[in-house]
Amino acid sequence: MAASLARLPTAAPSPRRSRRAGDRLWSVGLVAAGGAILLVAGLVILVLGRAAAPAFHALGVGRFLAGQDWDPVSGAFGALPFIYGTLVTSAVAILVALPVAVGLSLFLAEMGPPRLRPPVAFAIETLASIPSVIYGLWGLFVLVPWVRTTVEPLLGRLLGWLPLFTGPRIGLGYLSAGLILAVMILPTIAAVTQEVLRSIPPALKEGALALGATRWEMIRIAVLPTARAGILGATLLGLGRALGETMAVTMVIGNAPEIHASLFAAGYSLPAVIANEFAEATSPLHLSALAALALVLLGVTLVLNSAARVLVLLTSRRLGEAS
Amino acid sequence: MRLRRRLADLAMTGLCALAVGVALVPLASLLWLVVSRGLPGLTPAFLLGRPAPVGDPGGGVGNGIVGTFLMVGLASLLAVPIGVGAGIFLAEEGDGPLGRAIRFVAEVLACVPSIVLGIVAYAVVVIPMGHFSAIAGAVAMALLMVPPLARATEEFVRLVPGTLREASLALGVPAWRTSLRVVVRTALGGITTAMLLAVARAAGETAPLLFTSLNNQYWNLRPDLPTASLTVQIFNFAISPYESWHAQAWSGALALLLLVGVLNLLARFAARDRLGGGSR
Amino acid sequence: MLKTVIAGALMAAGLAAAGEPVLVTGAGATFPFPLYSRWFADYDKVRPDVRFNYQSIGSGGGIQQITAGTVDFGASDAPLTDEQLGRIPDVVHVPTVLGAVVLTYNAPMPSLRLTPEIVAGIYLGRIARWDDAAIAAANPGVALPAEDIAVVHRSDGSGTTNIFTNYLSKVSPEWKEKVGFATSVRWPTGLGGKGNEGVTGLVKQTPGAIGYVELAYAKQNGLPMAALRNHDGRFVAPTIASTSEAAAGVEMPADYRVSITDARGPGAYPIASFTYLLVHRDARDPVRGEAMIRFLWWAIHQGQAAAAPLDYAPLPRAVVERVERTLRALTVQGRPVSLAPAR
Repeated sequence: MAASLARLPTAAPSPRRSRRAGDRLWSVGLVAAGGAILLVAGLVILVLGRAAAPAFHALGVGRFLAGQDWDPVSGAFGALPFIYGTLVTSAVAILVALPVAVGLSLFLAEMGPPRLRPPVAFAIETLASIPSVIYGLWGLFVLVPWVRTTVEPLLGRLLGWLPLFTGPRIGLGYLSAGLILAVMILPTIAAVTQEVLRSIPPALKEGALALGATRWEMIRIAVLPTARAGILGATLLGLGRALGETMAVTMVIGNAPEIHASLFAAGYSLPAVIANEFAEATSPLHLSALAALALVLLGVTLVLNSAARVLVLLTSRRLGEAS
Repeated sequence: MRLRRRLADLAMTGLCALAVGVALVPLASLLWLVVSRGLPGLTPAFLLGRPAPVGDPGGGVGNGIVGTFLMVGLASLLAVPIGVGAGIFLAEEGDGPLGRAIRFVAEVLACVPSIVLGIVAYAVVVIPMGHFSAIAGAVAMALLMVPPLARATEEFVRLVPGTLREASLALGVPAWRTSLRVVVRTALGGITTAMLLAVARAAGETAPLLFTSLNNQYWNLRPDLPTASLTVQIFNFAISPYESWHAQAWSGALALLLLVGVLNLLARFAARDRLGGGSR
Repeated sequence: MLKTVIAGALMAAGLAAAGEPVLVTGAGATFPFPLYSRWFADYDKVRPDVRFNYQSIGSGGGIQQITAGTVDFGASDAPLTDEQLGRIPDVVHVPTVLGAVVLTYNAPMPSLRLTPEIVAGIYLGRIARWDDAAIAAANPGVALPAEDIAVVHRSDGSGTTNIFTNYLSKVSPEWKEKVGFATSVRWPTGLGGKGNEGVTGLVKQTPGAIGYVELAYAKQNGLPMAALRNHDGRFVAPTIASTSEAAAGVEMPADYRVSITDARGPGAYPIASFTYLLVHRDARDPVRGEAMIRFLWWAIHQGQAAAAPLDYAPLPRAVVERVERTLRALTVQGRPVSLAPAR
């Protein structure tokens, strides 16, 4: 503290008026910077709204959202195959990533030796910082062939009676896209889950152990129920990331605007179709329909993220009251 | 009964340990492949050259690296004053309705998919300017950088002890100089970390660049011209059918990974150095 | 705020411009990209003061971006439709070279013969396996694998798609009615790859795949190509000669907007096309406008020699003479550019 005080600048013997002008300028600058954020948000909505309006007008909001055809020749544009593809790949990603992330977090926080924590945490952080085009590269040359030659035949043999695991085994498709998203959102879910676990009051856990519970029973009885909402929030945050992911998905999903029950089939996602077609659409309606897809994507992401934040907030607030 | 409980405990511990392994396998595979396939091609000629025509040997990503730096630099010029300024505002005066609104909007903006921001930059910069340009790519990146910068700056500025600020004000230092010289300087380590992380993220972006900065097979330092970037070059190399381009994609990926890795490490050190052990 | 930044950047850029090479930016077709990248690299040596930055994003992109005015020139293998031309009436098509769209596959047959019905059947999703009776009937004695066919098409707006679907619309009434032709269509089945590059890459990596790409892409990657039954009923392999023959009998309209798919002639390959650069009739920028016209003049003369080694067919003599007249009629800020007589 003393050292910090010594660093204080000496007050300039300036006349009061210029000081006040300086203060005012400074605070105007800060407000402007803050206001710029509001401006940017307004701009995003305005730009997308204006670009998307012709498509919504020409096609009708309901018909656009529920339409299954994406036919630039006849000017029919439906968003459903892309919404479907986005949701299915995200669902696969969550189903795969959530158990792994929770298991990993529990092991690090409650079970494993504390020595293990820093290196694993570092590895997971590294996973989070890898650019998505590199995931796409890895997906295209490593994951897709593996899915085609190993995962799909295995799933087809074990669970082929389910419509989910039927059809030609190409490698590119919902399954590969879902798996690569799982790898990408794992760090997000794991990081938030660990934060939630850390915020659980130790008294709760010690109580369970004192009653003779094993470590797993303590986790089941004391930890998981308390952390449930927080983990759900972590999942939704991961989901938010999965929904907007573009490059890695467009490189492995197969880019086919169709709806298939089978996870082996090729599909399309909202960001992928925008990346592929936005610079290339030749009719104004086509371009506008792509902007409308962007608006749909924006809407879905915003709703999910708001929900996630509320959930995480509620958990920590409840825990705050408890402890 | 006891045995069963023991076994269940053991089984669940095993499963959770397995989860750690499962999580690390993709990372190990990815890193190993990027290094083993990328390293042979990571020559000075590759890092300093520019792409060769199809079929010609050689070629590099030097112009892409320069383009990435150019755009990240321009983006920082736009994003840092706004992001840091907004963060200070939120920390110092952000408890009113305006502050709450800005904080909320910043959180919301932080999760907007980057491809959507690319469309915005296309509409706001590319169309009015009449052509693709580095500045358009930089605007898309800046939109990406501002929200996390603002939130992080706010957090770090709030960590600065109020007593420090009051002491400065009591000595007669004007409020703006107090903010700048005392509060911001104390939080500088944290703010630098946030900046480096934002830069690392922007440097790794591909999607919004596809229709803002486009690409360029030549060297370019002019902000108003289409510009190559490391990420778009990796993407083009990766989806191509040519073996030699695939090799270049891996080498480019290794270069990008190193760049992003160094930025992340610097961010760590900045945080450790400036904040010191005490305030964390 | 944004405007001042842009204005400042522009001013800095203007100061830096003196003495630097002029950059002419274009975007579009991936179909001729291997040749164009060779051309622009070679022309860089002829005229070091001009640089052409060409990005192969797809013909649809070429058309959209020249319509939006974001590039100096576009490139497309799909002639503009009347509706598209109506939006940019000052754009001229300049044919540069001819190419063939081939059906390339990733299956163990060294050779493969396909009829129009089979191609349409595969892309309509009706023929889904390699050992289908129709394929077997066209390929007596060839061992066909009992595998699913992975159909690959383009995911972006593409002139190659336009040529291919134009062909299918001519030979298959069902295709014409259900799908039609354009740079982007509603595919009944299949995987999408970005650009000729992406489609070739997918075919190469996916066992059982079939895809349509420009001849050069299949050749350079050592991928097999199917011989197609042409209008005269003969099976013709895609070559430079069979591509040229497809253009031999063409009635060239004044604006060059012509389709030569399903052409007559015993040796004509049925899915061939001219590819075009799209330029403004009157260029607004004096320097870049003149550079563009001079490059085009070079391309249709000296440049043609680079075509055959890269598996494109050079323009027929008669077409070159007509393009010369077209180029002489192009202007920069209202004035024509003096061009050397043809050698």
